Amino acid sequence: MRCSRCGAKAVFSPPPSCARHLIAAVEREAARTIRERRLLRKGDRVAVAASGGKDSTACLAILHRLGHDVTAIAIDEGIKGYRGRTLEDLRRFTSENGIPLEVHSFEEEFGATLDSMLARTKENPCTACGILRRYLLNKHARRFDAIATGHNLDDEAQSVLMNLLRNQIGPLTRLGPATGTVADPKFARRIKPLYFIPERTVAAYAFLSRFGVRFSECPYASTAYRADVRDLLNRLEQRQPGTTRTVIDRFLELLPALRERYAPDGEVASCKVCGEPARGSRCSACALVERVVRIE
Amino acid sequence: MIVYLESTEEEKRISFSGTVKMLLAELRINPHTVLVARYGQLLVDDDTVSDTDRIEILSVISGG
Ligand code: SF4
Ligand SMILES: [Zn+2]
Ligand SMILES: [Zn+2]
Repeated sequence: MRCSRCGAKAVFSPPPSCARHLIAAVEREAARTIRERRLLRKGDRVAVAASGGKDSTACLAILHRLGHDVTAIAIDEGIKGYRGRTLEDLRRFTSENGIPLEVHSFEEEFGATLDSMLARTKENPCTACGILRRYLLNKHARRFDAIATGHNLDDEAQSVLMNLLRNQIGPLTRLGPATGTVADPKFARRIKPLYFIPERTVAAYAFLSRFGVRFSECPYASTAYRADVRDLLNRLEQRQPGTTRTVIDRFLELLPALRERYAPDGEVASCKVCGEPARGSRCSACALVERVVRIE
Repeated sequence: MIVYLESTEEEKRISFSGTVKMLLAELRINPHTVLVARYGQLLVDDDTVSDTDRIEILSVISGG
């Protein structure tokens, strides 16, 4: 198989590409998404939610190479045997590339690691992790113009299906390449520059760019509902290539109508415990911490 | 051939030669979920691998 652009031996397909042309195509696609979806303006300061994994490292590298002003913000949840190693990769990557890095941990902010919280509760790992991680990211990245995440095409299609299958319409309205249905200075805009790039393509980009990141998985990931949806979608994709992209294309057509009809109205209060944005009297992070940390 | 599965850090020895596509079918791995490498170089579906190779299978699934 030969690269469709230069005829050199292909190292990736589809489309058949050599390393150089795969890397260029990924960066071009991300730049196009940023431009067409108006994710960033010139001079915007961007926080990249970085974990040291391939997707967020790719996102960080691409924004940096495209000339944006980036800072990596990492959350150390406290996942033994996993996060320590990916954060080590991230420290090396950011220092080699001269990118500022901030690390905030569950332990220092909530008084316990994710591992120890989970040992005391039947809470779903990824639900608890997600609530606390989003909370810390929003809190620490709000001073930036946007928070970029490494979500790729497959991640997003999984999220669309998960919300439909679990009958959650509200969260569906918060998906899309840029989120900010709530116009509130307490929330940072969230953007997904890798939105239209398949997971396997992002992985090849990270590998061929020699970022030196691990292709490992969080020990809790297989417990997630997402893992089942991901397997299902991957099987369907194998049978009918293009399925994942179709989910996203149709979703994006429906999104404006969904937001119009189902987006929660703009009323956001402040958490009585921490002062962060909340829908009720306490934010979901404080409510969770109360349940799983301060129970003795 | 030695097949190394990076996601589980598991190494297995099998007897195989043929294309990458056939190898993944033999291992019952969905080609959409992995990248296949030999000595640090990525391979495509129609590349051939031989019984003396050490092949790495990298899961592309984003986990956390
Ligand atoms: S897989 Fe779940 S527990 Fe692990 S980092 Fe992701 S959300 Fe957190
Ligand atoms: Zn080429
Ligand atoms: Zn709170």
